Amino acid sequence: MNHTDQQERAEGTMLTGEQMIEMYKWMVTVRHFDRRAVNLQRSGRIGTYAALEGQEAAQVGCGYALEKQDWLFPTYREHGVSMVHGVPMTTVFLYWNGRPEGCMAPEGVNVFPISVPIATQLPHAVGAAWASKLKGENSIAVGFVGDGGTSEGDFHEAMNFAGVMKLPVIIFCQNNGYAISVPLSKQTATETLAEKAAAYGVEGIRVDGQDAVAVHDAVKYAADKARRGEGPTFIEAVTYRYGSHTTADDHTRYRDVNEAEMWRTERDPIDRLKARILELGIWSEEQDQALWEEADKVVQKSIEEMQAMPPVDHNRIFDYSYAELPWHLKEQREEMRSLYGNGGAK
Amino acid sequence: MAKMNIIQAITDGLRVALRDDPRVIVLGEDVGVNGGVFRATEGLQAEFGSDRVVDTPLAEAGIIGASVGMAVNGMRPVPELQFFGFIYPAVEQIVAHVARVRMRSQGRFTCPMVIRAPYGGGIRAPELHGDSPEAMFVHQPGIKVVCPSNPYDAKGLLLAAIDSPDPVLFLEPMRIYRAFRDEVPEERYTVEIGKANVVKEGTDISLYAWGTMLRVSLEAAKMAKEQHGWDVEVVDLRTLSPLDRETIIGSVQKTGRAVVVHEAPKTAGLGAEIVALINDEALLSLEAPVGRVGGYDAPQPLFSLEDIYAPDAKRILHGIEKVMNF
Ligand SMILES: Cc1ncc(C[n+]2csc(CCOP(=O)(O)OP(=O)(O)O)c2C)c(N)n1
Repeated sequence: MNHTDQQERAEGTMLTGEQMIEMYKWMVTVRHFDRRAVNLQRSGRIGTYAALEGQEAAQVGCGYALEKQDWLFPTYREHGVSMVHGVPMTTVFLYWNGRPEGCMAPEGVNVFPISVPIATQLPHAVGAAWASKLKGENSIAVGFVGDGGTSEGDFHEAMNFAGVMKLPVIIFCQNNGYAISVPLSKQTATETLAEKAAAYGVEGIRVDGQDAVAVHDAVKYAADKARRGEGPTFIEAVTYRYGSHTTADDHTRYRDVNEAEMWRTERDPIDRLKARILELGIWSEEQDQALWEEADKVVQKSIEEMQAMPPVDHNRIFDYSYAELPWHLKEQREEMRSLYGNGGAK
Repeated sequence: MAKMNIIQAITDGLRVALRDDPRVIVLGEDVGVNGGVFRATEGLQAEFGSDRVVDTPLAEAGIIGASVGMAVNGMRPVPELQFFGFIYPAVEQIVAHVARVRMRSQGRFTCPMVIRAPYGGGIRAPELHGDSPEAMFVHQPGIKVVCPSNPYDAKGLLLAAIDSPDPVLFLEPMRIYRAFRDEVPEERYTVEIGKANVVKEGTDISLYAWGTMLRVSLEAAKMAKEQHGWDVEVVDLRTLSPLDRETIIGSVQKTGRAVVVHEAPKTAGLGAEIVALINDEALLSLEAPVGRVGGYDAPQPLFSLEDIYAPDAKRILHGIEKVMNF
């Protein structure tokens, strides 16, 4: 392995070889996490799960370009970027296990809980960026959305605010071609999603979402620009989800299976980055095998942590509904305890 | 007669409506090729074409707002909201327009449409897939709200709703979509909007419920009989707006005691309105204050807590005991 190469920026990117390897490691871990999560759902050990396989480059490339202090406003599919940004894997598992603890990013990790209603988190990203600007802080905000989400009013309102206020925000869209069963052609009459940005005076960038390096560079460019006070960017990362929308969905009902197969065999983001680091001579097949084994250990440990959790504390229904519990909730909590007990420990 | 579950009865109702009335158009997210995420519209696009069963962009305000324009201009839209908890982006359209077109235009324009939405928890779905905000829409003048608890009523109420000259919110109890089958006529029939149904006669106390909670209430009624010997009357409201005053009042006048059950949070839930109605109309028949058993006054929690959140037979029985032992 050539160590000097790692210190230098690889050709045509802002990244060093070492950084590429780090991104690659994340992508493998995220994919392994994702596959295990799907299996856990199948065996009834977690609830409905939204798999991201195929979108690893978009997520890891994005997360890797951000700074610790930055804010993330994810959807239900952003496990990859959330973990890169500091949400523990076990927290993500807990979320899909229906546990309220799964909504809590650790102190100092600015990842907002998953927003299930489509596109509703985008105005939040705008507001968080606005606050950073007002406070003179160096943090930016990233709001995540899918291709389908660009049809919701909240998307357009967020884009418009971002443009008008010239905010340090990135709206990061993973265009995976489908909103559940609805293909992009039924979602919008524009050729691309990136071109929508122009209508709001926002810079729009379309990037190959299967190329982690390209995604990283696009996000890094947008983040640097935002930090310099030069305003928002909309990034469309063109990608694909290999599997169904969630474990409750069956993609074969609305998608040509050959299409998924084509993406998997010809445009796989992990294959692609692996080829690149192999070619740079900074990665080997032995290292690769060791990496998958390591990823398996990491994910397994996290699953065990999830399974070792005490049963959910019933009081969590009430305890965070207000800063101070009003009388009627205190009464209801008492009744709940008398009927069902407290559940597990906090 | 065919045996159908609730989801099949709804599909069948939609098929009859699409077949008989060229004005009917079914629209929403994933309702076409995919047949809806619960398969309520399964096969309908293949049968009636993509002009009548339409996959729309992902935009609830757009779906309902466009339905207003269609309805005003002579169509009978039957928009689907994928889950009741995703109605919120469309609330503006419903409250400001759907419910007001007739009044605002003084009858010059009307807005007949049926907004279908699966509601309630219990299927281990992610957040916001289990909300029950029916009271928000009962509170809104100008729109009717119905909620069947069984396959027969599902089809009959759906066809009545599509025939209705007024907009109707049609709530589907997703937890029992496939829980059981009943005999459902294959031909067209309707179940009258505004009529409750006494599903089990009793003399000691009246239980009012709808949708998912109906069967849970029947279970509680059985426990009340077994454990205390109380004879519980169970009333399935079926229509939440306008309420069937006659049946509600008739039942409590007979039993003298009542409990309302719903999955939605207790405070300002529909139970409060029913208590007020009973106060107005049957105060002197009462032997105890009317009880309410609802979801807690906290947002519907993630699914590890949903069984504790929604009323179960045990909690309903507890509510019955409080009223009986008053
Ligand atoms: C307001 C709202 N409406 C409907 C849904 C149901 N729903 C969940 S995901 C989804 C499709 C989203 O597609 P897209 O935005 O492309 O993101 P992807 O799931 O492909 O990542 C829909 C319709 C929802 N969560 N929120």
